[in-house]
Amino acid sequence: MQNEAANTTHPFRVFLAWAFVGIPLLGGVFQTLLNAVKLFQ
Amino acid sequence: MTTMEETKAGSGSLFGFLDRERTVAKPGFNRWMVPPAALCVHLCIGQAYAFSVFNLPMTRLLGVSQSTPDDWKLTQLGWIFSISMVILGISAALFGRWVEEGGPRRAMFTAGMCWASGFLISAFGIHIHNLWVIYFGYGIVGGCALGIGYISPVSTLMKWFPDRPGMATGMAIMGFGGGALVASPLSVWLMGKFATASDVGVLKTFIVLGCAYFVFMMVGAAIVRVPAPGWKPKGYVAPSAATKMITKNDVFVYDAVKTPQFWLIWVVLFLNTTAGIGVLGQASAMSQEMFPGRITVVAAAGLVGLMSLFNMGGRFSWASVSDYIGRRNTYFVFMTLGFVLYITVPYAGGTGNVVLFVCCFLVIVSMYGGGFATVPAYLRDMFGTRYVGAIHGILLTAWSAAGIAGPVLINYIREYNVTHGVPKAQAYNTTMYIMAGLLVIGFICNYFVKAVDARYHMKAEGDTPADLKTAAARA
Repeated sequence: MQNEAANTTHPFRVFLAWAFVGIPLLGGVFQTLLNAVKLFQ
Repeated sequence: MTTMEETKAGSGSLFGFLDRERTVAKPGFNRWMVPPAALCVHLCIGQAYAFSVFNLPMTRLLGVSQSTPDDWKLTQLGWIFSISMVILGISAALFGRWVEEGGPRRAMFTAGMCWASGFLISAFGIHIHNLWVIYFGYGIVGGCALGIGYISPVSTLMKWFPDRPGMATGMAIMGFGGGALVASPLSVWLMGKFATASDVGVLKTFIVLGCAYFVFMMVGAAIVRVPAPGWKPKGYVAPSAATKMITKNDVFVYDAVKTPQFWLIWVVLFLNTTAGIGVLGQASAMSQEMFPGRITVVAAAGLVGLMSLFNMGGRFSWASVSDYIGRRNTYFVFMTLGFVLYITVPYAGGTGNVVLFVCCFLVIVSMYGGGFATVPAYLRDMFGTRYVGAIHGILLTAWSAAGIAGPVLINYIREYNVTHGVPKAQAYNTTMYIMAGLLVIGFICNYFVKAVDARYHMKAEGDTPADLKTAAARA
């Protein structure tokens, strides 16, 4: 069965789902980068 | 173990919404909703890597400002993480088939319940100051959440992304690496908020984390979907004939463990993880001892942070690369490049080349993460999609074994060298050469991984012993 049907999921829902996991993850990456900078000081 | 038949029998009950049938996506469902669902679970259980932030505060639960004789020791607290890692491997192996047949929502829901319960039980353990309760709570109940949660989205993602299975599982498993990056600053911040003159704040932090992780994981369970049978992404054409190293057949989980391919991949993962975990756990001490006065405590902490990022990034990038060069070749790269890098580390230490040392460690740790993220797709290539989650669960025992072997190898050999008069700066050299040797063995094992013999292939849909038993009973 090929997925011929157009996406019915609203793009905002996809954005919301990614933001839900992406924001904390990016926050964690940012904090880690701040700590990692000390290696080069 | 619950079979599909038993699962169906449970439909319509209180937890009917967890059934696999209730999670089948409607036509037009956007498959890019599934990776965030997987990340909801993996980001939470990835907290396990950051558990060490609680170790020091937990040695002062009674004394608050300093440890009292009745306070727990660091050596006792270290067992909490170790137990959870061992239970991760055991539960993934034991519940793999149940996860596969019950569907991702049931597994994610169970993992969320166990993970939150683990924190709440541990909070109770702190309240009554009983370490055994914490061993049970975080170690055993939380360990079950780790095992079930880790494998829960794997096969679902590969079914949604048959065109890029490595990238799909890499995204989820990247979340496990990233979970610690979120949990570590969050836990420190929460403990700071809850700390008072008479409380270090760990108990309240556990309660808040347990509740927050529960909500987060339930969102994942709510939005996850499985594709309808036969679904394929638009424009995707499956290869008409199976390539030599990518099967089109499925192998039943308990038949897979009878094949040499499973155990060869087990050894490859074990060796890659042993080599990486030893370095990851000791990077701070090792860097300071190899470059005394040049890498300070603060700089070493920065190195550990940078390694966490490469561990996380390696999971996504190496797994994505494996979609193009093949899983076996990706592991050849890990073993060959790893060998070169491990024997370069003593050279970097000897010549005082910090930049070379840091670069070696970062690439090594990226391949450590990459090994975890690439292996589900490797199993799918060998054993098909149907039972890949369950097979992956059993394979994770290699992780538990490596979790013991890696640190033991690096610590004991260092200790032996130091007590025999080897300068601290050179105490790790032997270990690095041993790690390089392990990767040579890994290379050989990977070389012998060939296509699975046709006698192990499932003959038709419903060709599991459980299905056959049910069919016989009906007849």
